[in-house]
Amino acid sequence: MNVRLLWRKSLNVFMLSLTGLCALLTVSALFFILGYLVWNGGKDLSWSFFTHLPAPVGETGGGMANAIVGSMKLLLLAALFGVPIGLLGGVYLAEFGGRTVPFLVRYTADLMNGVPSIVMGIFAYALVVMPMHHFSTLAGGLALGIMVIPTVLRNTESFLRDVPRQLREGSFALGANKWRMIATVVLPAASRGILTGVLLALARVAGETAPLLFTAFGNRYWSPGWMQPTSSLPVVIYTYATGPYEDWHRQAWAAGLVLLGLVLLTNITVRAFLSRGISYERT
Amino acid sequence: MSSSSAFPLMSNSGAAVASSTAKIAAQNQATSASGANTLRMKVTKLNFYYGKHHALHAVSLEVATNKVTALIGPSGCGKSTLLRTLNRMHETLRHTRLEGEITLDGVSILTLDVTKLRRLVGMVFQKPNPFPKSIYENVAYGLRINGHKGRLDDAVEKSLRRAALWDEVKDKLHKSAYALSGGQQQRLCIARALAVDPEVLLLDEPCSALDPVNTAKIEELLFELKPTCTLVIVTHNMQQAARVSDSTAFMLNGDLIEFSPTGQMFTTPSDPRTEAYITGRFG
Repeated sequence: MNVRLLWRKSLNVFMLSLTGLCALLTVSALFFILGYLVWNGGKDLSWSFFTHLPAPVGETGGGMANAIVGSMKLLLLAALFGVPIGLLGGVYLAEFGGRTVPFLVRYTADLMNGVPSIVMGIFAYALVVMPMHHFSTLAGGLALGIMVIPTVLRNTESFLRDVPRQLREGSFALGANKWRMIATVVLPAASRGILTGVLLALARVAGETAPLLFTAFGNRYWSPGWMQPTSSLPVVIYTYATGPYEDWHRQAWAAGLVLLGLVLLTNITVRAFLSRGISYERT
Repeated sequence: MSSSSAFPLMSNSGAAVASSTAKIAAQNQATSASGANTLRMKVTKLNFYYGKHHALHAVSLEVATNKVTALIGPSGCGKSTLLRTLNRMHETLRHTRLEGEITLDGVSILTLDVTKLRRLVGMVFQKPNPFPKSIYENVAYGLRINGHKGRLDDAVEKSLRRAALWDEVKDKLHKSAYALSGGQQQRLCIARALAVDPEVLLLDEPCSALDPVNTAKIEELLFELKPTCTLVIVTHNMQQAARVSDSTAFMLNGDLIEFSPTGQMFTTPSDPRTEAYITGRFG
């Protein structure tokens, strides 16, 4: 075997291993984080963690039921604010827009994606907290909801654009008008991608702490309704991890595990549900 | 065969093809020379533009009721464009302009509501384009969007029978349409178009993505549909035009060169360009 061939073969093997290694690193990062959380937080997870309120300062034990419910309420609000706007805006960009308006919207959305999350918090603070004179779930949900919009918008647009033109024509040819065509053919065909995008966006804001610090604030008790300050997992993790007590640190790990678990669980459930549907054939 | 001296090498094989197609066409003429020759659609001095490109030049065409009209010609001659104006599918593209008149049963199609027009003038496309839904839902689609009253099951079965697909799919109506073979998918698309009971069915090279066996099935189906439906078919396969059609229009560079009964077109074409094309000298 000549030297040149040997060199080419070894380069081939080297590059192949390098790409494989990087792929492996990506996957192992998730498992490393998960393993670390389970190791540190797993032993403090008990039934009471999900059902009890935090113990009074200085005492050990107690749970984070209020933070778990608070996070869920915040995410629900974020989805209610952000998803319809992002989704319908994406439909407009992909299906109706001309040239100038979509360009501006797209550009703005990309800029918005880069706005630091704490600025979103200030915005919600000025918009909701100041006029109401107190912190609330509503303000936190609004801050998170605004952060969801650009991701959902851009993602929806790109998945709608991927739906083949032939499917649209098939619908038009049967006498559908444009909105009917979009609602009955294009959106269902793109639904898997769109929903995955919505989930990713929500999963990302589920862990946001900064915009909640001065909107939802925090609460050591239950937060009734939507107008009171509420506890949330990320803020509790922040508070407990930086707190002075050993027990708090352990509980912060446990809360981190619960947060990640909730996000993963929703993701897996929805993906499993979606995989039963029919997607369009790619050409 | 005149003017063959210009292509001495090709004239022999060309003449052979022409005479065989002529024979098929003549047989076809003999078997289908019944029924009153009323007009379903009439195209008068149609000019069509894609932006600045003048795609159709003062084309006039008559589509006889419950007959098969074939449009033939080389790629880019405007045959698909002409077909797509018949149910105003061109309106789904931007920057198109149409001048002239097209009537359906004596009424200008430009005055009709476009969704109503497309229900009356259905379309089957080059590549099978079933929706990402079940077989049943594909056929029911047109009925649903047009607010069908009555039992959907019966209508779906009737359409699948008309498209000669019922026996093959009756046990898997709720399976994905993508589980079907290409030929079956195309017949499903025909069933889908037939479900809304159109007066005219436009077929844009419906067999170009299919093998000969499935092509034969579709052609057989066209014969069966003829008593109840007016068909306009674009094809680049001259034998197919000869086999299935009653009259044929030959187009070249946006002009309609010749429009005559199929038997006549393939035996005694009146224009030298038609003769050159059907004897295989170009295209």
